[in-house]
Amino acid sequence: MLKIKNLHASIDDKEILKGINLEINPGEVHAIMGPNGSGKSTLSSVIAGKEEFEMTQGEIIFEGEELSELDPEERAHKGIFLSFQYPIEIPGVSVTNFMKAAINAHRKANGQEDMRANEMLKLIKEKSEMLEIDRKFLSRSLNEGFSGGEKKRNEIFQMAVLEPKLAILDETDSGLDIDALKVVAKGVNKLRNEDNAVLLITHYQRLLNYIQPDVVHVMVDGKIVKTGGKELALELEEKGYEWLKPEQV
Amino acid sequence: MELKEKLVSSFLAFEEEFRSDNDDLHNIRNQAIKEFEQMGFPGKKEEAWKYTSLNSVLKHDYSFFPKKDDSLEYRDIKDYLIDNIDTYDLVFVDGVYSSHLSQTTHDKIDVCLMSSALCKAPYKAVVDTYFNKIAPKTGLNALNTAFTREGAYIHIQKNKMADKPIQIINLSTGKEAAMLLQPRNLIVVDENSHVQIIERHQSLTDRPVLTNSVTEIFAAKRAIVDYYKIQNDTSSASLIDNTFIEQHSESFCSVHTFSLGGKLTRNNLNFYQKGEHIDSTLKGVTIIEDKQHVDHNTLVHHIEPNCESHQDYKGIFDGSSTGVFNGKVVVEKEAQKTNAYQANNNVLLTDKATINSKPQLEIFADDVKCSHGCTIGQLDEDALFYLRSRGIPKKEAQGLMMYAFANNVLESVKIPELKKRINNLIAQKLGVEVGFNL
Repeated sequence: MLKIKNLHASIDDKEILKGINLEINPGEVHAIMGPNGSGKSTLSSVIAGKEEFEMTQGEIIFEGEELSELDPEERAHKGIFLSFQYPIEIPGVSVTNFMKAAINAHRKANGQEDMRANEMLKLIKEKSEMLEIDRKFLSRSLNEGFSGGEKKRNEIFQMAVLEPKLAILDETDSGLDIDALKVVAKGVNKLRNEDNAVLLITHYQRLLNYIQPDVVHVMVDGKIVKTGGKELALELEEKGYEWLKPEQV
Repeated sequence: MELKEKLVSSFLAFEEEFRSDNDDLHNIRNQAIKEFEQMGFPGKKEEAWKYTSLNSVLKHDYSFFPKKDDSLEYRDIKDYLIDNIDTYDLVFVDGVYSSHLSQTTHDKIDVCLMSSALCKAPYKAVVDTYFNKIAPKTGLNALNTAFTREGAYIHIQKNKMADKPIQIINLSTGKEAAMLLQPRNLIVVDENSHVQIIERHQSLTDRPVLTNSVTEIFAAKRAIVDYYKIQNDTSSASLIDNTFIEQHSESFCSVHTFSLGGKLTRNNLNFYQKGEHIDSTLKGVTIIEDKQHVDHNTLVHHIEPNCESHQDYKGIFDGSSTGVFNGKVVVEKEAQKTNAYQANNNVLLTDKATINSKPQLEIFADDVKCSHGCTIGQLDEDALFYLRSRGIPKKEAQGLMMYAFANNVLESVKIPELKKRINNLIAQKLGVEVGFNL
C-alpha cells in the first residue's frame, strides 16, 4: 500500500529525514517510535503533503502512485488521513459543517454527487456514537475550546467518517487520560480491516497496549534504526532510546 | 466649477426650494454653509485623512437636488431589504422618501421622516434638543447640515421597546448623471427604551454616487441601541458615513459595520460616554477586492468612570484593495475604572493589498484597563494544511478560514435573520459553498 524509498526531506535547508525506507501492506498496523526531535512528525507531515517540507530525495509510493507532486487534498482523496498532534481551531465552523465540507470534497474528487443531508446526518450520528461523542459536541466550533482529549477524539471521529485507506496517527495518545485513550483505541480498532492500514507515531509504548502493532520501527535522527515486532516496543519502554543512537548501532 | 464652489453657490436655491418655517433650522443651515465654505472637504494633509483621498470621488459633476422617482417597485428593492421578518421600513429613493415602499409608525414610537420632524410642531421640542448637537464641526458634517432635508427620524419614548427592527434604506437610481446624497438621521432613544436599526445604502446604477450621511443617536439612561450597517454597494458608489452616539448612564449601544463593497467607504464613528456604567461596542467586518477602499475612523470618548468599550474590526483585503483603521480611545482623568478594549486584525491576500492600522490611545486616568492589538498577516499555513489534509481544496479551505476569521464579529448580531443574511453575504463573497448552520 505504502512504499517509502530513501526519503530525504528538509525544512529551511535543514535535513530532517535522512533516508527513510518503509513498507506498509494492507491490513497492517505499524508503529514508529523514537525520541523527541527524531523526525517522526516530519515523516507524517511529508506523507500527508505539507508544503513547507521539501522532499530532496527518494520517493513515496501510495497504491502504486508517486505522491510527491500531489497536493495535500489530492492525497486525502486517495485515502491518506493524518490525525494531527495539535489539531487546529477553526472558530465559527461547526464540527458537523466541517465534516460536511470534507465528505463532499472527497465525493466531488471521486466524481460523486454531494451526500444527501439525511444520509450525512445518519453517518455522523453512527460514527459519533461509536466514539462516544456527545451530540452537542458536533455543533461546537471545530476544536475551539476543546480539551486535549476532545481534540484527539475528534480527530479519530473524522477518520471514522472519512474511512481512509491509510491512517497516520501522530502522537494521538499524548494528552489523553487512560479512559480517553481506551475510547480512541477502541475506535481505531473498530475501523481496522484487511484493506486499510494504520501508521502510529508515538513516543510511548502505552498506546500500543491498546492498538497492537504488527511492526515496530525505531526512528532516531531522521533514520529508521531498528525494526521488529511488537515486543520491540516493550524493550524500548524498558531500556529507553539511548542504546539505539545511530553511532552506537 | 469645483464641487465645493458649486455646492456653496447652490445653497440659496436649496434653501428656497426646501424652506422650513422653523427659523432655528434656517439659522443652523446658514451657519453650516459658512462652516463648510471655510473648511471645505478634508484633504490628505489632515491627520485623520492621511490614508484616504476623496479626490477621485469629488471630481464628478454631481447633481444634489433630489428629484422624486416613484417608478421603483417593491420587487426592485426586495433583495436589499431583510424582507422575511416584520420590520418598519424607511425607504428613500434618490434622497426622496418613498411612501409606497415604506412602513412608518406613530404608535407609541415615532418612526418617520426627518423632513416632517424638522417642520412640524409636535417634534419641535425633540429637534431643538437633539438635532445637530453632537456632530463635531467638520467640513463634511457642516455640508450635510447645510443641506439637511430628509432622512430617518426615530424617537422611542420612555420605557418603550420598538416592537420590530427598523430598516433605513437609501437607494439611488442613476436617473441623474451623478448623484450626491446627504441623508440626515436623528435617533433619540429615551430612558429604558430599546431599538434595533439596520441601515443600507444601495446604488441601482453604474453611475457615480456619493453619499455623505450624518446620523446622530442619543441613548438616554438604560437605553439599548443596536445599529447594523450593511455596506455592499456597487463599484461606482462611495459612502462617507458620519455616525455620532451620545450615551448616558447604564446604556448599551452597539454598531456593527459590514463593509463588503463600494468604491470608497469612510466610516467616521464616534461614541461619547456621558454617564457611568455605559457599554459601547464597535464591530466591523471588511472584505474587499479590486481597488476598493474602506476606512474605519473610530473614536470612543470615556468621560466618566466605570464604563466599557469594545472594539473589534476584522479586515480581509484582496486584489489591490486598501484598508485603513484609525481607532482612537480617549480616557479622561475622571474616567477611572474604564475598561477599553480594541482589536484590529487583518489578512492581506495579495502583495498589492494594503492596510494602514493605527491605534491611538490617550489615557489621562491611572486606574484603567485599556488594551489594543493589531495584526496584519496572511492566512495561517498550518491551519490551511489541516483543512487540506481533510480533502478540502485549497481555495475552499482559504474561504473557510477567512469565514472563521470574520465569524466572531457576526456572533453578536442579535437579529437572527440579519445574521443569516450577512453570513450568506460573507460566505458568497469568500466563495465558500458549504452551507453553514447558525
